[in-house]
Amino acid sequence: MSVSVSTIRPPQSPARRALSAFLAHKLAMFGLLVVLVFVAGAVFAPYLAGADPIATSWSAIRKAPSAAHWFGTDENGRDVFARVLFGARASLAAGVIAVGGALLIGVPFGLIAGLAGGWVDAVISRVADAMLAVPFLILAIALAAFLGPALENAMLAIAISASPIFTRLARGMVQDAASQDYVEAARAMGNPPWRTAILHILPNIAPSLLVQATLSIAEAIIAEASLSFLGLGQQPPAPSWGSMLNSAQRFIENAPWLAIFPGGAIFILVLALNLVGDGLRDAMDPRAAKR
Amino acid sequence: MLSVERLSVTFETARGPLRAVDDVSFSLAPGRTVALVGESGCGKSVTSLAIMGLLPESARIGGGLTFEGRDLLALSPRERRKLAGGTLAMVFQEPMTSLNPAFTAGEQVAEALRVHEGLDHPTALKRAIEMLDRVRIPEPARRAAQYPHQLSGGMRQRVMIAMALACKPKLLIADEPTTALDVTVQAQILSLLAELKRETGTAILLVTHDLGVVADHADEVVVMYAGRVAETAPVEALFARPEHPYAIGLMGAAPRFATPGGRLASIAGTVPDLMAPPPGCRFAPRCPFGDERCAEQPPMAPLGQGHAAACWVAPIA
Repeated sequence: MSVSVSTIRPPQSPARRALSAFLAHKLAMFGLLVVLVFVAGAVFAPYLAGADPIATSWSAIRKAPSAAHWFGTDENGRDVFARVLFGARASLAAGVIAVGGALLIGVPFGLIAGLAGGWVDAVISRVADAMLAVPFLILAIALAAFLGPALENAMLAIAISASPIFTRLARGMVQDAASQDYVEAARAMGNPPWRTAILHILPNIAPSLLVQATLSIAEAIIAEASLSFLGLGQQPPAPSWGSMLNSAQRFIENAPWLAIFPGGAIFILVLALNLVGDGLRDAMDPRAAKR
Repeated sequence: MLSVERLSVTFETARGPLRAVDDVSFSLAPGRTVALVGESGCGKSVTSLAIMGLLPESARIGGGLTFEGRDLLALSPRERRKLAGGTLAMVFQEPMTSLNPAFTAGEQVAEALRVHEGLDHPTALKRAIEMLDRVRIPEPARRAAQYPHQLSGGMRQRVMIAMALACKPKLLIADEPTTALDVTVQAQILSLLAELKRETGTAILLVTHDLGVVADHADEVVVMYAGRVAETAPVEALFARPEHPYAIGLMGAAPRFATPGGRLASIAGTVPDLMAPPPGCRFAPRCPFGDERCAEQPPMAPLGQGHAAACWVAPIA
């Protein structure tokens, strides 16, 4: 059999279609740009900051923003711009690692529950429901307090608190996918259950998980900031937007820049992540209205 | 090769046990096509799923399923899976939804080869393209790189057939393979199946409610009604002289076999509720020929030359 290679066109995969729809989504692109600016700021913080985020200076306490200190200085004379940049590391790492952990915990349970059904499903679903019944932040605070104050523990607490969303999402979509003929066809082909789940079902539910993951990163960043605000996350003197906001409280009237910059950073980053998540959802949902 | 002996399948439902298949027996020889005919809900699909080992674990299966001397019901799930897709293959009714939207046509055919023949990815993909060529898909290499949404219904069903035949199955179960396709494509797919059967000697179990398809493509016919076998016959005998009143009714209801110009006959009444089937012959409530004997389930009455009908009254003529 001869095949002329020239007739092979690049396949128009669902992922490729979604990508082009995503790239055409203006708000999402704006959000992605903002997120990338934050990521670059976090990665290149040592080169961009121009000051040590931990070094105190008794000669520059609570100075307003100036050419020397773009975002001003805090009550210990530390450069706020440097602290916001280095704080982005804690926030982004917490967001990405915690959500990665939530996916690793939540999705396998969701797959198992959706495929096994019966009492296995009942047990997993009731545990997930019970966790979802407690407000996300309260659960994260409780877990973080239980694990002890540290950024790693905060991430773990957030990962565990965010996991039931993924369990429930994955379970629902697996049940939906499992009734599809192509899953039956995969079984008829002699695929063992785990192979059917991972190779045939997971790729079809991955887009929705990705959208939820993006939105969850935004939530996780807020959660990390909240835990750090309460002293349960990043420990001083290492910079974190949450702990910066905490110490800014006392000086809100005389030195508002201490609160404005870390608060603004959280606000803008979370907004940008939500724009990206919405854009991904629109791009991956074939039923979404074309813009 | 395949022997189905007094097969019964019972599902536990909220309303109690439902016996979807009851006392069904037939056999299938290599290179032959047996058609399993009946209306929706008569148990023909459940029978084919039972042979494939695809019924949910909650289903209770009775009787015997023997394939090449092996008792299928005694095999472990692992051994069943080894058979499924390799020695036993299935083509599903809905080509539009039976392909995985996340993979290209070529990858899906290659998947069968990777599961059963342990081929590496490039080799499997090359063989997949050959398979697509064999099911008469033009430009197979280009089609192999396309996703299901880019293929027409007929093309998708060809891909399904390529997947099913990739591992040279000895038995192919085609569950209403053409129901979802338009008439010209139906004919192409069926003649493709016939050609492939001649080339490979695969036995085909054709599940259908289309008597036209049966007449053209089957060697033997098993007519099912409400979970039971009503009549088994070589295809010519069934169409020349249907003996079970249900089969006679079906013939009258089929456009191709009715009197030209006349109204199509319909069978009065509806299919019995399988939760509470009528005692005795299940067709009795709708049967124009019935008498008092029908209160008891009739045995299969042999009518010669492989022809048998589960009817007290048969032969009617």
